[in-house]
Amino acid sequence: MFNYFEPNKIFSITSKVQKYTIYIFIIVLCIGLFEAIILSPKDYIQSDSVRIMYVHVPSAWLSLGIFTVISILSFFSLIFKNKNFPLICKSLAPSGILFSIIALVTGSIWGKPTWGTWWAWDARITSMLVLVLFYIMYILAWKIFSEKEKANKISSIIAILGLINIPIIKFSVDWWSTLHQPASINILSKTTIHSSMLIPLTIMTAAFALFALLIFLMKYNTELIKIKNKGLDRL
Amino acid sequence: MINNIFSMSGYGIYVWSAFSFTLICFTALYLIVKFQLVKQQKIFNKKFSSLPIEKIKSAEKQKIYKEILINTSIYKI
Repeated sequence: MFNYFEPNKIFSITSKVQKYTIYIFIIVLCIGLFEAIILSPKDYIQSDSVRIMYVHVPSAWLSLGIFTVISILSFFSLIFKNKNFPLICKSLAPSGILFSIIALVTGSIWGKPTWGTWWAWDARITSMLVLVLFYIMYILAWKIFSEKEKANKISSIIAILGLINIPIIKFSVDWWSTLHQPASINILSKTTIHSSMLIPLTIMTAAFALFALLIFLMKYNTELIKIKNKGLDRL
Repeated sequence: MINNIFSMSGYGIYVWSAFSFTLICFTALYLIVKFQLVKQQKIFNKKFSSLPIEKIKSAEKQKIYKEILINTSIYKI
């Protein structure tokens, strides 16, 4: 089954998809920004500061999602010794760290008018900071260790250990008393956010996901060409 | 209307700085990754064009080399 993920087979697809992704991303982002800034209503308590949600929440969701994918693929890469999984993980990491930094910074900006402080050492914010540190350690592991096998092993261990932090981030608002409100959007139970805010939030999440896909495809092709450059020396 | 969009009921500084930061980060990461991709493509082109003809022919038989070449300048020229 894992043969379908061989780099030689998916390079042509990633190259073609990359060209269209940027145009779709720009279109979806423009629609999302128009919805978020112009069309969506003010919050009755937070007023217009609630609009920060449209960049903060998608960033937080994607940073968690990307790290989860990296962790799962790292685990399979260690077990099945698949050559392509480390490449996929390595290519996902830049957009993942960017989203986690955006989530922290925009959260801090949102915190000032809402809570009266830029930063608080509460469970959600601190666990999110830990996620950024895991991303940094993961990327550094690839940079520090020149031996590919060793770099893959160490970065995979970091990713698998970091997976423990994901449910902590998700449920921190339920387990501990924090400044953060509990989740408004639930897959299994009732969503408490109004559709006039849910629609722009969904569009912005789609735009951010497309950006993550674009960066992933570009980075993946870069890594693949880097490998083939070394291969040309051996021809 | 325009004033309202800029002031955001007095929260303009927070809302616009959050959106600006996000868009600046997106642009910066896109440019960095694009630069790395173009750099690797240039290295590939340089190495490929300096190969002897028989090695070029053998490399062109491999699908992945062909795909990289299609997406880089050699074939476009």
